[in-house]
Amino acid sequence: MARKKTMQTNRNNQQAVSIDSHAPISFTFDGRTYQGCKGDTLASALLANNVHLTGRSFKYHRPRGIMAAGAEEPNALVGVGVGGRVEPNVKATQIELYDGLVAVSQNRFPSLKLDIGEINSVFSRFFPAGFYYKTFMWPASFWMRYEHIIRRAAGLGKVGDTHEDPDRYEKRHAHFDIVVVGGGLSGLSAALQAANSGQRVLLSEDQHQWGGWLRSCDDIIIDDMAGHEWADKTIAQLAEMDNVTLLPRTTCFGYGDHNFLTLAERVTDHLAEKPAHLPRMRLWKVRARRVILATGAIERPLVFAGNDLPGVMLASAAQTYLNQYGVLAGRRGILTTNNDAAWHSAFALHKAGCLITAIVDTRTNPAPAVLKQAASLGIQTRLGAGIIAAHGRLHVARVEIASLTKTGDALAGEAEHFDCDLVLMSGGMNPVVHLHSQSRGKLKWDERTHCFRPSTTHEDEQCVGACNGSFEPERGVKEAIAAALKAVKANGGAADALNLPDIVATKINWAPMPIWQIPNGLPAGQGGKAFVDFQNDVTASDIQLAVREGYHSVEHVKRYTTTGMATDQGKTSNINALGILARERNAEIPAVGTTTFRMPYTPTSIGMIAGRDIGGLFDPVRTTPMDKWHREAGAKFEHVGQWMRAWYYPQNGESMEQAVSREVRAARQTAGLLDASTLGKIDIKGPDAAEFLNRIYTNSWLKLGVGKCRYGLMCKDDGMVMDDGVTTRLAEDHFHMTTTTGGAAGVLDWLEEWLQTEWPELKVYLTSVTEQWAVATLSGPAAKEILSAAGTDINLNDEGFGFMSMREGYVSGLPARIYRISFTGELSYEINVPARYGMALWTTLMRAGKNFGITPYGTEAMHVLRGEKGFIIVGQETDGTVTPHDLAMSWIVSDKKPDFIGKRALARHSMKAGDRKQLVGLKTKDPKQVIPEGAHATLDPNQPPPVEMLGHVTSSYFSPNLGHSVAMALLRGGHARMGQTVYFPMLDSSPPIEATITDTSFYDPKGERLNGKL
Amino acid sequence: MLEINCPYCGLRDEEEFACGGEAHIARPLVDNPISDKDFADYLFYRDNPKGVFLERWRHSAGCRRWFNVVRDTVSHHILEVYPIDTKPSTKAGRAAYQASWRRQSPAEAAARKVPQKTRKTSISKR
Repeated sequence: MARKKTMQTNRNNQQAVSIDSHAPISFTFDGRTYQGCKGDTLASALLANNVHLTGRSFKYHRPRGIMAAGAEEPNALVGVGVGGRVEPNVKATQIELYDGLVAVSQNRFPSLKLDIGEINSVFSRFFPAGFYYKTFMWPASFWMRYEHIIRRAAGLGKVGDTHEDPDRYEKRHAHFDIVVVGGGLSGLSAALQAANSGQRVLLSEDQHQWGGWLRSCDDIIIDDMAGHEWADKTIAQLAEMDNVTLLPRTTCFGYGDHNFLTLAERVTDHLAEKPAHLPRMRLWKVRARRVILATGAIERPLVFAGNDLPGVMLASAAQTYLNQYGVLAGRRGILTTNNDAAWHSAFALHKAGCLITAIVDTRTNPAPAVLKQAASLGIQTRLGAGIIAAHGRLHVARVEIASLTKTGDALAGEAEHFDCDLVLMSGGMNPVVHLHSQSRGKLKWDERTHCFRPSTTHEDEQCVGACNGSFEPERGVKEAIAAALKAVKANGGAADALNLPDIVATKINWAPMPIWQIPNGLPAGQGGKAFVDFQNDVTASDIQLAVREGYHSVEHVKRYTTTGMATDQGKTSNINALGILARERNAEIPAVGTTTFRMPYTPTSIGMIAGRDIGGLFDPVRTTPMDKWHREAGAKFEHVGQWMRAWYYPQNGESMEQAVSREVRAARQTAGLLDASTLGKIDIKGPDAAEFLNRIYTNSWLKLGVGKCRYGLMCKDDGMVMDDGVTTRLAEDHFHMTTTTGGAAGVLDWLEEWLQTEWPELKVYLTSVTEQWAVATLSGPAAKEILSAAGTDINLNDEGFGFMSMREGYVSGLPARIYRISFTGELSYEINVPARYGMALWTTLMRAGKNFGITPYGTEAMHVLRGEKGFIIVGQETDGTVTPHDLAMSWIVSDKKPDFIGKRALARHSMKAGDRKQLVGLKTKDPKQVIPEGAHATLDPNQPPPVEMLGHVTSSYFSPNLGHSVAMALLRGGHARMGQTVYFPMLDSSPPIEATITDTSFYDPKGERLNGKL
Repeated sequence: MLEINCPYCGLRDEEEFACGGEAHIARPLVDNPISDKDFADYLFYRDNPKGVFLERWRHSAGCRRWFNVVRDTVSHHILEVYPIDTKPSTKAGRAAYQASWRRQSPAEAAARKVPQKTRKTSISKR
């Protein structure tokens, strides 16, 4: 790209307090290279280059320019960055310029100056308020057709093509005694006073420079210094103090319960070179003992036709561009206002070289002082008048000014036409009460300044200065110092009160005239568009229409017109919208109410909120000690909770079905080896351990012998099955419990809860040992031979080591606990070794089993094997509504024990109902047919809808060992339906699958294979 | 985000805790006869008041201990934190405890009465 030198034609460097005019830097906007200065925002640099047109509006694609100078900007949303750093919808007023910055305008095609979507503006009478509701509520299928067109036309910026964010984000938790939000005059005063107490103070400021309005005005002198000099001196003083943390470029965007603040610190966004050691942004999660909000105020626009044209700007913003950045936003300006304060902005611009051709005030009685000053500067005035329309195509060029009636509701004279290239508007000030409101502080309407001010607080916070509606500098400082002293004292500290600085400031009457819309002399809805919400393209007539159509509540009007619902949350629009709504309803603004502000104060990067918890760190992945072996063997994995488990081991291009079939056969014909390390394991110790288990499980545990294992089912206190597993008595007072893989953490929580809250008298310790043990399950007729071949000192004879018992010894020199338990129905050893020996155990067994045809099998084969046996999996056969009786496992529910969890609930009348869903087996008529899991059963496949459903299939597999499919299902009254035929209608209109209800044990129902004797 | 004063660890962020719902729901003793309907008060019915509420919390990412909290569900202010096996001592907490319909419920009565024979479990034999 050729670097073309452009002139910063609007730069007037004498007054600039926030830029370094000797440090020119270049940037591009829509591909064109411009010059700016260090310290500029993108907005100020664009204005310096006389670029006003920065984007197209959301709905009507109207040309839009820079209206504000801070977080409230609704129009100048641009995309910044390149590659993975592209970020859409950033306010140009909040982008700190750096050398090489790349920015593009949005929502325009083919170009910003010639935009096809602008035609929406011509057809705007077809896009009234509630357009989306009216058009797309019916028929719904139309929405499908329109959606992609509308989404494209009505979007704003686009995210980058690269979705890999190259940046890093950090989070920081911090505690402070006093947090001051906002680094303007009041915030600095509060922070200084608070810091003098020695307490830990945080001061945050949204902008990169301190001082707030002090940097923008030229008429506040503090201790004989210009306001911005006093700010610089104060911040230098604070920076010296060890107990003070200063966070510039940091937006406090959230204020939650118990004084919890969230702040977004932009660490490297303003740097051309981003140092590798720094994160792009840092999320501060701050707990504050006391909070002082000094967030200032935002100027309101006036609502008149054409008020959205580029070149129409908030008066205070124009003054900010002039004083901070030395930028004159125009050469021929007109001010339209309802208050005195804006007159001073006009005077400042006039003195700096922007000819103010007229000051138009809706009031007939501005302060004599401003009238006098206007006269002395030779500025003509129109009192009791307003701009009724602004004209121009891509920039304001002409305005119509007319006299208004006393109430401002109608015109009182003919319109005059004035040429101009800048319109300053001011409708009064809105305190930035967003954080106060987020923290559930209440607001009250101030009848003098016509704005919402904080009233009562909910959290421990105080609002000071303009944020509190105290716009006079001296009053703001007094409030700030008093608030800081109060906070210090409340924290149990003390500090000498600071001397009030000597402040010389222009005396301003801050009471504006309440006028929420300038009339245009035409019937409602006619004439040029007068915007209320600039970002969402909501006009005054949209609100009027909403009221006419019966939407009276502020919440309804908001949703119907979308006013205040854009990403700026109505910072510039809410009060004007309320004012118009109140007028239309003939009500007072406080009676109409206000909507609640929610976090975030400004749009906040999701990347920062995620921080480092992305990718592999989003959720930990747990792997077993044998994980590497499975990977090298080419296993496919499945996620079980956080665990990665080997699913099946395809060989030589086998399909999943082929691999699982091979693994399942091997486990029954020779031997299979399963990595069962993920099973939950809880070590239970203490004199009352047996009694504890006796209450937890449904069966009895007191008489279990040492070295013996027992299967247990645990219920919630409602009698529904929650987990199962085998628990082994290691010693009189010591048990080893196993749980399902996914249930481990929940079971530990459960046991702890009962121990602590219900039975604190029981002396039991619980320790999670899931990760302390690696487990290899050796299963199949050859299991004993393989274990012998691996070498063990444990006597494997049935007499010495029977089914459901545990022996401790060595396997190939590795210390091991071997549990002779079986989830396959075959002779099976669950060999537990300390986790670090897991891989050694696995490779030893694979080596020892080589000649016996040992085959590693994954979780899928494990499921099929247990399915053949009809063993349940909690969470698959159960869903929280299934009792042990429903599972045909009444044998495991003791009726002799005094109590166990679920005992009383299982005795409820409803538990005996014959039509409960009960677990049964299913055999399909066509043995090759596998019923899909989840399929619903019906007795009569020809029943017209609604078809009566009996229940659903919980597990279903093809069993290679049996040569037919096996399935389990929960069916209404299933236990009494043995031998009945049921049908499973299919979604794909294939004929229903026919099956017979059976017992659930399909394979070796007598359990003869458990001892390996075939 | 709430800040909760764990009786064992001190002030910590809410994200370290898990809420365990309504506190002081006594479990009917199994040997006390109780109707299904009355048992449902223990098993299923949970209060969700607007205002002061006694609830159980667990410091799940800390000491893993259970304890009770008196919390105002409107303001989210925590008025008291007290051990699991004790009753609230603040005025608001005591009032909420007394005002609960559970104090008069048959389920709670069934939890209070301790017939002699239930004492004869394995623990007492030990």
